[in-house]
Amino acid sequence: MESFTTHTGIVATLDRSNVDTDQIIPKQFLKSILRVGYGPSAFFDWRYDREGNPLPDFELNSPRFQGRSILVTGNNFGCGSSREHAVWALLQDGYRAVIAPFKMRNDERIPGFADIFKSNAVKNGLLTIELSETAVSRIVSLVADVDKLQATIDLPGQRITIHAAEPVAFSFDIDGASKDRLINGLDDIAVSLKYEIDIRRFEEQYDLFLSPQA
Amino acid sequence: MGKTLFEKIWKTHAVKEFTDGSTMLYIDRHLVHEVTSPQAFEGLRIAGRKVRRPDLTFATMDHNVPTTADRMTIEDPISRAQVEALEKNTIEFDVPLFGLGHPRQGIVHVIGPELGLTLPGLTMVCGDSHTSTHGAFGALAFGIGTSEVEHVLVTQTLVQSKPKTCRVEFTGRPGPGVFSKDMILKLIGTIGTAGATGYVLEYGGQAIRSLSMEARMSVCNMSIEAGARAGMIAPDDRTFEYIASGQRPYAPRNRQLDRAIAYWKILPSDADARFDRVITIDTNGLAPQVTWGTNPGMVIDIDMPVPGGEQAGGYSRTDAEKALDYMGLTPGTRMTDVAVDVVFIGSCTNSRIEDLRLAADILKGRRKADHVDLLVVPGSHEVREQAIAEGLDKIFEAAGAQWRFAGCSMCLAMNPDQLRPEQRCASTSNRNFEGRQGRGGRTHLVSPQMAAAAAVAGKFVDIRKWQV
Repeated sequence: MESFTTHTGIVATLDRSNVDTDQIIPKQFLKSILRVGYGPSAFFDWRYDREGNPLPDFELNSPRFQGRSILVTGNNFGCGSSREHAVWALLQDGYRAVIAPFKMRNDERIPGFADIFKSNAVKNGLLTIELSETAVSRIVSLVADVDKLQATIDLPGQRITIHAAEPVAFSFDIDGASKDRLINGLDDIAVSLKYEIDIRRFEEQYDLFLSPQA
Repeated sequence: MGKTLFEKIWKTHAVKEFTDGSTMLYIDRHLVHEVTSPQAFEGLRIAGRKVRRPDLTFATMDHNVPTTADRMTIEDPISRAQVEALEKNTIEFDVPLFGLGHPRQGIVHVIGPELGLTLPGLTMVCGDSHTSTHGAFGALAFGIGTSEVEHVLVTQTLVQSKPKTCRVEFTGRPGPGVFSKDMILKLIGTIGTAGATGYVLEYGGQAIRSLSMEARMSVCNMSIEAGARAGMIAPDDRTFEYIASGQRPYAPRNRQLDRAIAYWKILPSDADARFDRVITIDTNGLAPQVTWGTNPGMVIDIDMPVPGGEQAGGYSRTDAEKALDYMGLTPGTRMTDVAVDVVFIGSCTNSRIEDLRLAADILKGRRKADHVDLLVVPGSHEVREQAIAEGLDKIFEAAGAQWRFAGCSMCLAMNPDQLRPEQRCASTSNRNFEGRQGRGGRTHLVSPQMAAAAAVAGKFVDIRKWQV
């Protein structure tokens, strides 16, 4: 897995909440048995017309965002299906990070990203950053003013700087385990196999009366 | 202090706890299907690794498979290659497969319980978000991505951060024509599609206790649509009866079963267990639910008008407008005035024998409207056989339905069962996302009886006013 320390790239905005993984990569592309080849199909139904031509009205097709690698979007990004193909498609379409706002509803904190998507992202080196709604609105308005606006993400420093005429910086939270995994580009299976002896010990003392019978 | 059902299962499956707060959990059952597994098996091959516990790993084919009588010949070469890859992988890695044509083949979340693989107190995973279904038995069951599928294949464990717990209390008693599908849709409408992100839900209360196992599965199935990691229901006598009945080759029997039941009885949350959050939904007077928008949280009572910008609770004006535009609906329209083109009865949410019986109660002696295509897709070959034994197939066929073979079918439309652009569908499935049932297709989620009635009337109806 590719590691993530710092990244500078163009910011693109997709002003929608609850973007589900069916939109990120529709079902017909899930028939592949490969891990590659998904990039051009990201956001397929929004991105292309029925003849396969790019739809000019779709935000991410705008020349203003050409070469983008940081996506700023709405709350609950990546909800729905567990398909890891959604993360593969975003990475292969050139995105290295996605930023979404958490929001408060009746004193409950609604996370910016759906659970399984977030877990899949970290395993593939796609950084997910949660910011407040105010911070995300600020970034969206900065991006609206300048074509191909760049930002720098500093993961060790947990900071994102928007390179507007006057640079604006935001700090972000990330759990230690995800941060460590992303910075070091760790292979989860290799890490877990270091605890093979613990797994074996667990299996030896585990009461197997609920094992499959047949 | 007492423990919750979730905490008890978590604790008994903790292989190792790490300083960053994550836990390595042992996995009792790993269910596998053709779509999210090929890259994981390929990873094993590249690294020269084996499946650690093929005896705890079970595979089926469901997403891609055609549901027509000629289903054994998959015409789409890419779908066929994926199905063949699963055949090849299960042979190479010695994993049991309930493949196309096998008498126990079916949707992974329908056959798990049927085979006796799904049991209280277990940890279960599958590369599929609707794995939460199995929580109906008091198992901790959740969906994972392909990297995690590979991790479980190799280590039989998963490293997880501990979710928070939320008790969802369904009080009261739903009236006639209101089902467990309506209960779960009401919850999702109340808290939103991310309202339970980071939580494991435990459903309880009188309205849950009185549900059949099939109906409980429909509730737990859609936990993910509220963003929850998993949904669970404490096991009780109804759970034990289900496990002890029927042909469930992998379930414990005789003395093993007695011992298991004694253990399962100590699993329910203790009276003094504390949940991080409690939500109460009153089912007294609950109306049949129908979705109006493009996610399962965009849902209203059947007798309510389609909401407009400001009344679309919890959604921004832009999101509500985009949803209505996609759905071809205008605010103020009565849902009972909305015509449907297609009715789909099936999916891991509502394709079990009880769902088919409920649909048949409506369709018996009636016929679908001429302009409606009605598709009835059993969740498993076993459900199909049972339905035939009860004569339900005759009722469906007499009503003008297409009576199919088992598979995911039009729930996600990976096989040839798809909506055409702008076709409107009353569907018993779980997701009304844009394009979910076919590009441009418009999905409204409802219960099986609501779907069957819509097929007859050619439009949505309030099933409570229907003469059964």
